[in-house]
Amino acid sequence: MSPISRGFHGRPREAAIADRVPPGQYVTHDFPVLSAGPTPHTALAKWTFSIEGGREPKKWTWQEFQALPAETVTVDIHCVTRWSKLDTTWRGVSLDLLLDFVGYDHAYALAFCDGGYTTNVPVADLTGGKAWVAFGNDGRPLAAEHGGPARLLVPHLYFWKSAKWVRGLRLRDTDQPGFWETYGYNMYGDPWREQRYAGD
Amino acid sequence: MAGTAVRGRLTWETATVSSVLDETPSVRTVWLEVPGWPGHRAGQHLDIRLTAEDGYQAERSYSIASAPGEPLEITVERLEDGEVSPYLTQELRAGDQIEVRGPIGGYFVWETAMGGPLLLAAGGSGVVPLRAILRYRIMAGSSVPVRLLYSSRGWADVIYSDELSRPSPGVEVVHTLTRSHPDGWTGYTRRVDAAMLAQVAFRAQERALAYVCGPTNFVEAVAAGLVGLGYPAGRVRTERFGASGQ
Repeated sequence: MSPISRGFHGRPREAAIADRVPPGQYVTHDFPVLSAGPTPHTALAKWTFSIEGGREPKKWTWQEFQALPAETVTVDIHCVTRWSKLDTTWRGVSLDLLLDFVGYDHAYALAFCDGGYTTNVPVADLTGGKAWVAFGNDGRPLAAEHGGPARLLVPHLYFWKSAKWVRGLRLRDTDQPGFWETYGYNMYGDPWREQRYAGD
Repeated sequence: MAGTAVRGRLTWETATVSSVLDETPSVRTVWLEVPGWPGHRAGQHLDIRLTAEDGYQAERSYSIASAPGEPLEITVERLEDGEVSPYLTQELRAGDQIEVRGPIGGYFVWETAMGGPLLLAAGGSGVVPLRAILRYRIMAGSSVPVRLLYSSRGWADVIYSDELSRPSPGVEVVHTLTRSHPDGWTGYTRRVDAAMLAQVAFRAQERALAYVCGPTNFVEAVAAGLVGLGYPAGRVRTERFGASGQ
């Protein structure tokens, strides 16, 4: 039982959005930036997206990637540092479509990125219309500090799983922790179960 | 670098406020007594949870300001449209109880074995985890050279100003005041830019480790500036804040 914080009232509760805000989160209208190091800047001419480990490894150039059918999606996003942003609009390619190219029976994926960042996501969370490789946000190309040219978008998990500057997926039979997961953050990261840290 | 910072499950613990100190008109340091606190490393943060009478709870993360082994201390900047920081900086007083859990984070951390030299770059209250690193470096008797480049709006906004002006061997503190400065001020009076970094930062050949903490535009500018000076990206660790509503 939590002790009452004397004199703490909190913000007025917004009932209309309460069921869209996971426990411990608050709604922001900004788009905060969090990353562990300098922002990488990769020229589009050198950018590729790869899926490794499937029966047919696949690699797309930026041009090839742009020729794939893209979708525009509007989703809520939840950062483990406690901000949530509602109704964010993205343009990107569905992971269902990308994974269909390679043929796989792996249960896990490790996303890898420019700058050395990695994060692990079960393949089941990347399929079924739940995840994209996004290159547009709010009708514009995705800005570098927000992960451009392209980032993973897995909005039903905490946003560190939506790896910035993503360059590919490594399909795996076992769940290998990525960058933040090695530093004590949760292997799965479901915001609705408040899985922020290891053991949550 | 050693891995997990968090062992087992982090549980919420009841902390008692032992004292508070106003550092500037909008910044307060809070000392917390947490029975069973497992200790922390320099640069880590913790989570705070407040509970209103109707059961509503709000959580936020704050950097730990004290060095490992010292009483647990956080330093909080009040954001005018915030929900938790106005409470912590205006309402909270000695004897109050709040919930904490931690420590959290294992990347934006410095330990003596990691060596240096150490370049610390702080924007505003981004100085807090860097102050923990600096205190730890001094208390541990490390001889690693340290430079702290600290950007504030004006002198009245400088957090830990007395402590930072105390000379310590191997430690240099360079301030820049971006909006206003006292009469006779001879230091920098602009935002950190590439030219300032070229003057203040260790040269790339010295293989410095850089820790950069502050608002997003500060961190972006400093981190990019250091990479421009030849720092490998992997030697530049960043921690950013920039959300409203803290």
